[in-house]
Amino acid sequence: MEFAINYVILPLVKIGIILAVLPLLVAAITLAERKVIAFMQVRLGPMRVGPWGLLQPIADPIKLLLKEDIIPARADKWVFVAAPIITLIPAFIVFAVIPFGPTINVLGTPVTLYVTDLNIGVLYVLSISSIGVLGIILAGWASNSKYPLLGALRSAAQMVSYEVALGFSIMGVLMLSETLSLVGIVEAQRSSGLWYVFLQPVAFVLFFICGVAETNRAPFDLPEAESELVAGFHTEYSGFRFSLFFLAEYANMITVSAMAVTLFLGGWLRPFPNVEALAFLDLIPGILWFAIKVVVFLYFYMWFRASWPRYRYDQLMKVGWQFLLPLAIANVIVTAILALIFRG
Amino acid sequence: MLELALFYIFGTIAVVSAILVITQHNVVHSAIFLAGTLLSVAGIFLALNAEFLAGVQVIVYVGGILVLFVFVIMLIAVERSTFERQFNRQWKIALITSAILIGELVYVVYQGRDTFVLAEPAVPLVQGAAGNSQQVGMGLYTTYLLPFEIASILLLVAIVGAVVLAKKKTQTE
Repeated sequence: MEFAINYVILPLVKIGIILAVLPLLVAAITLAERKVIAFMQVRLGPMRVGPWGLLQPIADPIKLLLKEDIIPARADKWVFVAAPIITLIPAFIVFAVIPFGPTINVLGTPVTLYVTDLNIGVLYVLSISSIGVLGIILAGWASNSKYPLLGALRSAAQMVSYEVALGFSIMGVLMLSETLSLVGIVEAQRSSGLWYVFLQPVAFVLFFICGVAETNRAPFDLPEAESELVAGFHTEYSGFRFSLFFLAEYANMITVSAMAVTLFLGGWLRPFPNVEALAFLDLIPGILWFAIKVVVFLYFYMWFRASWPRYRYDQLMKVGWQFLLPLAIANVIVTAILALIFRG
Repeated sequence: MLELALFYIFGTIAVVSAILVITQHNVVHSAIFLAGTLLSVAGIFLALNAEFLAGVQVIVYVGGILVLFVFVIMLIAVERSTFERQFNRQWKIALITSAILIGELVYVVYQGRDTFVLAEPAVPLVQGAAGNSQQVGMGLYTTYLLPFEIASILLLVAIVGAVVLAKKKTQTE
């Protein structure tokens, strides 16, 4: 019975909750994004559906689902159908290892607020999310159309380039925490009494820049640049299939934010977890601290989009390979030397 | 028992998609089946408690090499390749040589079957949170440092060679 609860029922319930909450969250983010960008541009944003346009996230999916599902005549049908699924599945299963909060007690049973704690957690997130780009490339190719192909090529080059710097920026954190488990990294931040953003400020900035590039968001949204490529890799997609890509992109935004929070901002820990005077902050449960931090990152995503123009393609490659990557490697070397000196 | 079942499931997927990789006419379809093979090999690693290897398998082969494959495939005309003949005139000779090769392999495996059996480890290989990754790291940087460094120098040579080849072409044009 104990075995069934711990290894079958509880994980299934948690997976069900994640699969149900994630799309709702994405819907909420789309509304928030339109409102935030509108306010930054002194507009009102969506106002028609419901009070203050609050029902817009319900109207949007209904519209998307009712649209005609178009498959271009010369498209590779088989790949065209598979591509959005290949992109969406990795975006969702990454959430299996993200620790949303500490272990809590529900009716006397300890319940962990994550589906599983892998001993290769960080590696799992990196490897699974690297599969997503395959779906984007295949989508661009299968559409048998110029703009999607160009978008897909850009996307592939961009994601492969920035993945390298992203990986190197995480290595600094791993050297401090001495574990690949995401729960272990949060616990290490508790025992060291400091969020790793204070010990690894360079890595933190690098991670977030590369994360924005990995999710194809402004100012790195060349693969779907409206003004030159119509919509990039998903130009030929409509209705439900388009919404799968959309869902994957926003889920990836949440993943990058959650990873940044877990690796650098102490996950579910309150600010300054070692300062006794701030113990009253523990009244707010861990999962809420986690959510607050993630929302801050999502807000940054929107802020970036409203503020910065898109990179040119050559600039993008230059920033990635000639600036971010050397800086990330230098950070790894400096961290290794300092860790060796202070830890002996 | 569970490991054996997982091995047969992943092994079947790996072999079937490996066959599909070479029989598909369309190169992009081949690439997708290659992804299937690589992922099921990662699954076999997982069933053998080699988590680190499984993660690296996915990130390097699927996330890196396969993406670059597809990238290159898209720059060539895929339509033309679908009409090319898949077998050339030497298939009879090829069949005979590969049959001999398989025969040799089977003979070697059969003769050396006693040496392939690994000693059972006294303690379970995976312990604690950092288990597998730590062991791989310690192995690579202590016991197998020299082979590891030689492999990395080989890769470096290959990269430099590729750069030199690419550079020459652009200069002569």
